[in-house]
Amino acid sequence: MTAQFMQGNTACAEGALVAGCRFFAGYPITPSSEIAEILSYRLPALGGKFIQMEDEIASLAAVIGASVGGMKAMTATSGPGFSLMQENIGYAAMTEIPCVIVNVQRTGPSTGLPTSPAQGDVMQSRWGTHGDHPIIVLSPSSVMETFRLTVTAFNFSEKYRTPVILLMDEVVAHMREKVDLPAPEQVEVVDRIQTNVPPEWYFPYEETASDVPPLVSFGQGFRYHITGLFHDVRGFPTERLDEIQPWLKRVFAKINNNLSDILMYEEEDTRGARTVVLAYGSTARSARHAVRLARARRHKAGFCKLLTIWPFPEEAVERLAHTAKRIVVPEMNLGQLALEVERVAGRHKVRRVNRADGEMITPQQILEAIEG
Amino acid sequence: MHTELREKHEIYDYLRHSKKFPVMWCAGCGIGIVLGAIIRAIDRMGLDRDRVAMVSGIGCTGRMPVYVDFNTMHTTHGRALAFATGLKLARPDMYVLVVMGDGDALAIGGNHFIHAARRNMDLTAIVVNNNIYGMTGGQYSPTTPLHMRATTAPYGNIEPPFPLCELAKAAGASFVARSTVYHATELDRLIEQAIARRGFSVVEAVSYCHTTYGRLNRLGAAVDMMRWLKENSVTLAQAEKMSPEERETKIVRGILLDREGPGYVDLYDEIIRQAKAAENG
Ligand SMILES: Cc1ncc(C[n+]2csc(CCOP(=O)(O)OP(=O)(O)O)c2C)c(N)n1
Ligand code: SF4
Repeated sequence: MTAQFMQGNTACAEGALVAGCRFFAGYPITPSSEIAEILSYRLPALGGKFIQMEDEIASLAAVIGASVGGMKAMTATSGPGFSLMQENIGYAAMTEIPCVIVNVQRTGPSTGLPTSPAQGDVMQSRWGTHGDHPIIVLSPSSVMETFRLTVTAFNFSEKYRTPVILLMDEVVAHMREKVDLPAPEQVEVVDRIQTNVPPEWYFPYEETASDVPPLVSFGQGFRYHITGLFHDVRGFPTERLDEIQPWLKRVFAKINNNLSDILMYEEEDTRGARTVVLAYGSTARSARHAVRLARARRHKAGFCKLLTIWPFPEEAVERLAHTAKRIVVPEMNLGQLALEVERVAGRHKVRRVNRADGEMITPQQILEAIEG
Repeated sequence: MHTELREKHEIYDYLRHSKKFPVMWCAGCGIGIVLGAIIRAIDRMGLDRDRVAMVSGIGCTGRMPVYVDFNTMHTTHGRALAFATGLKLARPDMYVLVVMGDGDALAIGGNHFIHAARRNMDLTAIVVNNNIYGMTGGQYSPTTPLHMRATTAPYGNIEPPFPLCELAKAAGASFVARSTVYHATELDRLIEQAIARRGFSVVEAVSYCHTTYGRLNRLGAAVDMMRWLKENSVTLAQAEKMSPEERETKIVRGILLDREGPGYVDLYDEIIRQAKAAENG
């Protein structure tokens, strides 16, 4: 494909289509609305479907319903809508129905600053729904990465039968950059595992070697049950410990045993670095710039960008903390992912750089933290 | 002659026997009668059960799908219609039935109810109206009649109830009908017509909850409440002969609205056709 000048939200919509998304349900909210607008136009021509629901609760419900019907499905929202989606995120995790939830973060709490960026939903994306549950959260820092991670979000959701959250921010969503999108046939696309057993042998929640049971769509002759209650291998409600405990073990194992696939991060000059700046999302842009400025001033600084923020890449951070004297964590919030870095690296090693007033963190601010 | 036997066999045939029975409903509850009516309707229509989905929210009524051998989904409280909307759009070839309690459909799910009706979404909504929140222990619901008691209305309910069928009609449904769990065979005929109709169809199955609402309001046991439904409901034809004041006190049974026309799925198919034509043209 030829190079194009593209907005982050457009790249997200394009990535979704290339990944095979054929259903979108959403409710308008700045700064995510372009994703819905583009897909309302593009989906029908591909035989897909778009619907604007009455709220975000209904949007995610429809997405899960469509996924049960066999369509790859997505919704996109921002803080207030993301808050409303929490109950159904838990439902998707409990029922292991693949779906992608895009949250273009804006400054909160509440209506906050609707058109300003933030990274204030890091913890909500991990723990927003009630109860212990596995989840995957990816965070892009550029338009090209948005395209790529949207595809990955679909692939992970299908491969691991889990909701995946794409945590964007207003800067990445509305920024325009030159991108050279790959031809669709060059993009790796993963589909959910199908079963090869007859309906009477199919158990939608059975233990398998990969910990991910095959998922058959409704309407294909398998007639099984889905519920948000704890359930046995057939999907029927259960209160038996010998059925609840294996379920818990399996759904965490399917993520934790595949960390080498799921955890994505990029390092630059971290070897031998005394100070490592660890960042994600649009803040990673300022962070990399700051590290380059610092190195020009002969500071031994390195840069690490997280693309996967949940599950948290513990081992990578542990390794960085082992060699570096200090880890600088800039975030457009008052310290959320820094809590994880502190847990792994120790509080004394971490220097936070924060702001939650709707302004981006500048390279200068980060440079001060490196030098200070 | 042998219809009773045959019917028992039919229902047995549609139940899931790998599921641990008995059902979770209280002995004498009307919800099972609605389930029976749904099964009879589907059986009579000869629907391929692989193409039947039953989606529910949360509540005693919400537990209905687990017992039947269809594609079944027990979702979150109030949201069944929204889940069903996604499923129907992904699988337009399926018959998607949505079963809800009155709280599920009209309180927490009220917004989804009116919008599913407004869109004329091709779903069959069956609301079991027992005038109370059964599962949580008898709190008042949006259909609890005025002055009646509930565990959260110890002094009597001061909130006027929603007329479910009127709401569905006004919001844009294609088909709206009502019957009671006393009139079980009438109920299955109405459900059959509702499933056959394109667009959004609603059947209100008036039931009772003797263990909460009945007890709190001294309405007797299940049989007494059943008898009350028999004595206090009238057909549309009977209702037409009544004065408006008298009609107000009765449960009117029958088809309250039936209009033909395209549903949402038909209209969206047209959009797909246009979009594809534009792409190729
Ligand atoms: C979000 C949420 N709020 C509250 C509840 C608790 N809850 C469970 S069932 C129910 C009401 C059920 O009443 P109704 O919908 O009328 O169905 P019934 O049990 O009478 O059939 C409530 C409030 C819940 N499960 N989820
Ligand atoms: S609590 Fe009421 S509605 Fe629920 S099963 Fe018992 S009788 Fe039926």
